[in-house]
Amino acid sequence: MAGIDLFGVYRKNESMAEPAIDIENLTKDYPHGFLQLRKRRSLESLTMQVQVGEVFGFLGPNGAGKSTTIKLLMRLIFPTAGSARILGKPISDIEMHRDIGYLPEQPYFYDYLTAAEVLDYFARFHDFAAAERRERVQRMLKKVGLESAGRIQLRKYSKGMLQRVGLAQAILHDPAVVVLDEPMSGLDPVGRREVRDIILELKKQGKTVLFSTHILSDAEMLCDRVGVIVGGKLQGVGAPSELVGLKAQGMEILFELPAGGESGDLLAQATRTGDRYRLQVEESGLYAAMQRLQAAGAKILSVAQVKPSLEEYFMHLMAADRAQAAAVEVRAK
Amino acid sequence: MTRVGTVALNTFREAVRDRVLYNLVFFALVMMAAAILVGQISVNIEQIVIVTLGLSAISIIGLLISLFIGVGLVSKEIDKRTLYALLAKPLRRWEFILGKFAGLSLTLAVNTVAMSAGLFLALFYVKHSIERADTAVLVAVYFILLKLALVVALAMLFSCFTTPLLAILFTAGLYIAGLFVHEMRNMQPNTIDPALGGFLRGISYVLPNFENFDVMGAAAHGRVISGMLIAQNTVYAALYCAIVLAVAMAIFSQRNLK
Repeated sequence: MAGIDLFGVYRKNESMAEPAIDIENLTKDYPHGFLQLRKRRSLESLTMQVQVGEVFGFLGPNGAGKSTTIKLLMRLIFPTAGSARILGKPISDIEMHRDIGYLPEQPYFYDYLTAAEVLDYFARFHDFAAAERRERVQRMLKKVGLESAGRIQLRKYSKGMLQRVGLAQAILHDPAVVVLDEPMSGLDPVGRREVRDIILELKKQGKTVLFSTHILSDAEMLCDRVGVIVGGKLQGVGAPSELVGLKAQGMEILFELPAGGESGDLLAQATRTGDRYRLQVEESGLYAAMQRLQAAGAKILSVAQVKPSLEEYFMHLMAADRAQAAAVEVRAK
Repeated sequence: MTRVGTVALNTFREAVRDRVLYNLVFFALVMMAAAILVGQISVNIEQIVIVTLGLSAISIIGLLISLFIGVGLVSKEIDKRTLYALLAKPLRRWEFILGKFAGLSLTLAVNTVAMSAGLFLALFYVKHSIERADTAVLVAVYFILLKLALVVALAMLFSCFTTPLLAILFTAGLYIAGLFVHEMRNMQPNTIDPALGGFLRGISYVLPNFENFDVMGAAAHGRVISGMLIAQNTVYAALYCAIVLAVAMAIFSQRNLK
């Protein structure tokens, strides 16, 4: 297994199969200030791997470095230090792009083209013959639910429809690795469900999928593993259940209280929504709380484990990150 | 080169769909009005008026298209982020630049050929014949095309590293300066400080020489334009474009697309 050795150095096990995406010490500084002489570090020594056939979620709040990493992999920006390989090829190798599909964040395409034309345009770079291009374009339009809108110019498309076109162009050439930057962004619930289905279908086909998101439910539902990035630093990699399970925050009781019912101080702690109340308690105090509620005549509707929201989880990580930065500053002084 | 061609054809299609070629309607109206007017007040200067007016219109319309669309070729793709999905395909950045240049040059060529046809129609209307000497007009049109290609290359170069507004200003500034290359080289020593004169002479060899492409007077008067000048201008434009595009490609290949 790959991992950290006794000397704290990350080592790869040579016997492991070649990862689909292999990132080593990737660092990106952006110049800023009037003369562009100062540097702002956007990504710091990112080292991680995505295995072949894996659905990997890249999680983090806005500005954490998710899009920066993806843009580095796509060679839209260039690293300050470090390197990355996709399917064994260095990212500077243009041939690598034959096996990669990429959906940019909030994609925008040529608005004077129709969806069918824009897909045909992109397909030409993969050297497909005309008949195959036509067949693939029609298949992709159908897959993303744009079959009937394929002949309409993109200037008339909604944000969600553009997102679907973006997804179609990313998988048009049947790539082995698909990189999606915020694929659910701008989609309605139906659209999100369809994108989820497409990602699961890609997984079934043995494709490797790396997608960024800040919505934990998407990651939980789809990912084999997730990487959490905060402030340009990778804070951890693991299965979503590990990520959430580690931070369980107690239990939530959902109940209704009939008129005249009384549950004392517990009611003061509960949050009311319409006729229903939500009460959050420690796991150890669950039984006692339920007994008191029942004694007060409350009708208990459900009891569920409270999982932290991603925001809370990130706030926790960011607080730790800030504390560490402050400690470094104090030591430096 | 297939990928360059794909980008070029899409650039041409963009120009057509953005109604860039609608300028032809304006040009046709100007030529029709001029032909009718000249036909009525003929004092044996029909050829001069029609050719001068036609070539000027072809040049000005072409320059406006080269400048404003040329600057937008790269910057619009970056601003609208259409480039992101494109560069994730097996397409090198230099191929993109070359394809964009070829696409707009093709658009300008189609536009200029159509306008030239209009010019010859107007000429035929007032003279009732087309003579051998009128081939000078064709050479003048060819020189305008070379000039426009050079302007497109410059506009693309500047748009690779600066804002669209500055790119327009820089390109327009270079174009205007390039019209005075001969004057810069031949300043009288007693009218200018020797150091400044030397500096102006020096940069006059670096600036694009747009003066050489202006043969409007010769074309209007039906004078023969030498084969040497045609060859010289062709090689000059090709080399200058190649150098400017090579610099643009080098800059664009290193550019971070934030």
